[in-house]
Amino acid sequence: MATPAEEIKDPVDGIGCSRKRKEDARFIQGKGNYTDDLKLPGTVFGAFVRSPIAHGRVVSINKEPALAHPGVLAVLTAEDLAPLSLHWMPTLAGDKQMVLADGKVCFQQQEVAFVIAEDRYVAADAIELVEVEYEELPVIIDGRRAMDDDAPVIRDDLEGQTEGAHGERIHANHIFRWDVGDAEATDKAFDTAPITVSEDISYQRVHPCPLETCGCVSNFDKISGELTVYLTSQAPHVVRTVVSMLSGIAESKVHVIAPDIGGGFGNKVGVYPGYVCAIVGSIVLGRPVKWIESRVENLAATAFARDYHMHGEIAADENGRIQALRVNVLADHGAFDACADPSKFPAGLFSIVTGSYDIPSAFARVDGVYSNKAPGGVAYRCSFRVTEASYLIERMMDVLAHKLGVDPAEIRSRNFIKAEQFPYTSCLGWEYDSGDYHTAMNQALEAVDYEGLRKEQAEKRANGDLMGIGVAFFTEIVGAGPTKNCDILGIGMIDSCEIRVHPTGSVIARLGTKSQGQGHETTYAQIIATELGIPSDDIQIEEGDTATAPYGLGTYGSRSTPVGGAAAARAARKVKDKARKIAAAMMEVSPADLDWDTDRFIVKGLPDQSRTIKEIAMAAYQHLPEGLEQGLEAVEYYDPPNFTYPFGAYLCVVDIDRYTGEVKIRRFYALDDCGTRINPMIIEGQVHGGLTEALAIALGQELSFDEDGNILSASFMDYFLPTAVETPHWETDFTVTPSPHHPIGAKGVGESPNVGGVSAISNAVIDAFAHKGVTHLQMPHTAYSVWKTINELGINQ
Amino acid sequence: MGKKLISMTVNGQTHEVAVEPRQLLIHTLREELGLTGSHIGCETSHCGACTVDFNGESVKSCTLLAVQADGADILTVEGLANDGVLHPVQEGFTEKHGLQCGFCTPGMMIRAYRLLQENPNPSEEEIRTGISGNLCRCTGYQNIVRAVQYAAEKLSAE
Repeated sequence: MATPAEEIKDPVDGIGCSRKRKEDARFIQGKGNYTDDLKLPGTVFGAFVRSPIAHGRVVSINKEPALAHPGVLAVLTAEDLAPLSLHWMPTLAGDKQMVLADGKVCFQQQEVAFVIAEDRYVAADAIELVEVEYEELPVIIDGRRAMDDDAPVIRDDLEGQTEGAHGERIHANHIFRWDVGDAEATDKAFDTAPITVSEDISYQRVHPCPLETCGCVSNFDKISGELTVYLTSQAPHVVRTVVSMLSGIAESKVHVIAPDIGGGFGNKVGVYPGYVCAIVGSIVLGRPVKWIESRVENLAATAFARDYHMHGEIAADENGRIQALRVNVLADHGAFDACADPSKFPAGLFSIVTGSYDIPSAFARVDGVYSNKAPGGVAYRCSFRVTEASYLIERMMDVLAHKLGVDPAEIRSRNFIKAEQFPYTSCLGWEYDSGDYHTAMNQALEAVDYEGLRKEQAEKRANGDLMGIGVAFFTEIVGAGPTKNCDILGIGMIDSCEIRVHPTGSVIARLGTKSQGQGHETTYAQIIATELGIPSDDIQIEEGDTATAPYGLGTYGSRSTPVGGAAAARAARKVKDKARKIAAAMMEVSPADLDWDTDRFIVKGLPDQSRTIKEIAMAAYQHLPEGLEQGLEAVEYYDPPNFTYPFGAYLCVVDIDRYTGEVKIRRFYALDDCGTRINPMIIEGQVHGGLTEALAIALGQELSFDEDGNILSASFMDYFLPTAVETPHWETDFTVTPSPHHPIGAKGVGESPNVGGVSAISNAVIDAFAHKGVTHLQMPHTAYSVWKTINELGINQ
Repeated sequence: MGKKLISMTVNGQTHEVAVEPRQLLIHTLREELGLTGSHIGCETSHCGACTVDFNGESVKSCTLLAVQADGADILTVEGLANDGVLHPVQEGFTEKHGLQCGFCTPGMMIRAYRLLQENPNPSEEEIRTGISGNLCRCTGYQNIVRAVQYAAEKLSAE
């Protein structure tokens, strides 16, 4: 059953307590500070002229009519940016991307020219006055057609280049081939296995779509030569480095400030043309330039997620014990490879595709291709390509169960990695830190009365009703990542925390991550509170200002708790080590003679001899014996020894209207194991939100295009975001299996519900048709799509 | 473009503003009056981040011209608290963790404020329908429903 957030009484409101959020006060009073709220004196506004076609040559651009319009200050084109070498920019994936159309356009809504005007209405008027002539070219919209012999070449600039950033290119529209695993052993297992199953499983192109779109305000101070950019970034430090590299301005003179962010979900990791154009505009004009994209621009041009077309195969014995897994993926990356992955991982962490199962051999191949769609490839509320991998294996488990006539929950239990096998090294090379899958699954099955549900389903089926039960079990790989294999543009994926304890015992802590709603100001304070015995109310958390915070790689891939949270705990421990020395000096004993208790050091065996952290803080700024330096602060750059591996068991029950095809989620139960739970209230909130995004993907979201490359889902008219009415009540539960290598045992949770939720809901919809021989249906399971299945099967007769 | 002088009461205070006839109310509120609590999320009236209370109705201020607000009585999130005392709706949102990134929150609370006057004792289903013009990407609505229930109880006890 659903478990309410437990109420723990804690003197410092630290780890484990559901304390209210520290950040709420400003948001509930309309005092949040989002990028578009910023109003610097003299600000001017930028807006893009965008391509109306998906593929074509730019024959001419006439900006004179726009420049003649009152209030217009500048119109930038690729020609203007070329002398600065800023008409193209490097992407995180080792490719490059046009900032403004350089001779051709490769997707609809691509940035062609940037108009800067005195106000946003004038800028909107003036983009209509820029005259652009195009010569249309044939388009590739379905990535599966990108490597056809007669496919039009999308990236003329790469003509003749047979080597890309990740090895050989086998076609003009090919980006990379990435192989992982033992192909030979896998093939051999398939040759001899008594049971094999296969299925084509696509994960449609979707968009993270935070409620706040992307934007920035760039302000260049001509006198000091300093550039300050306020922008919607999940990774402000990385943006600072990129801006410095692109602009040639010393990194010490570039200040990137990410203020409050209205949701990110992966959308706000990348560096987008709007940022570059606003920066150039502010340098040229010497005035602050604001660029805030519209919703249409956000959906059509600023990143995407998924678009993975997968072929899965399982080889098993007669009992359903898996012997091998083989996966082939066609990854559609759009017109420029701007995927936001650790640089050495062109397919992200897709090799977590063996999931929660003990599989002896596996092989996966991913081919990335170009198409006439927007660049992006961001991890929409998941670690890099983890939700695609998890969806593949969780669908394939059902396909195998169907083939053998074994229950989907049972087939999973037969193949789970056992608790005693952890730490477990998967055949694709990951070392899973900890887990107890059988316990979690059994708790879930019992909580929903799984057997009872299956009985009910049998009765419903006898009456011709459509009821589906979706079982999903997931293991994520989050918290990128160890610098030995994870970097972005050569910078290891560390994160950081600096803690300063003031003389009166309150604290400021700054981190390299950046909250977009996850509640960092509260949860990081709770970690430090428990470590230092200082009430979390007295601990101020700051992120997002690169001038003050230590360098970090930012918030995505559930890395804040695994990496930033670890840095916070370890920085606090450094502070505590120094506090111990000061306390020892204060009481004239050896540091080794002290024990820590809640908020104080006590002399061993003398409980009345103690100094509280508050007393120590004051002493830290007074006269100290020789060898002890004043101050009580520390900074930690944390390089995680491994990823963390959160997991969970999700169960979903759907009822489907057999005349309309509408899917109703009757019940959804989510058991999450994210290791140590820092704030159960916030964890549950994260789970509710992630599940709602999963619902959106499974039942409705898709960035779709017509055959000419026109985007058909670029507003909320056509791109599905669930309202409170479509969203069911979510039941949450948990087990706790701490991570052995994380300082407080926490694993991260923000993305688990999306990863597991999509599989559970999709499996439930498909399960509703299992008795009719259906093994797979493509997402999204819209009413129309489901109705088509019903109609084909004649169930509505 | 010629400007038109309009007068409107916002959060109990009367403002005279000269606006272009085409200016959207949300821009007048955010940029002329500096009330940046209401946000813009979609420009098509779907998301409700710009919701304000307008002559006693919940209205999406991104699809209303400022000149249409001439003479109107408007309440925005900045006017919900009374002399520093939070409105029960605001209290409910923080007590029940009804917000995460905070971007939809002002519009959502202003809608909840009106909903509870239209229906002081709503069922869960009535709350869900009542806030269905406001989108949230973070919370999955569950704790927003609880926040509104909290406010309903508190208001009816007043």
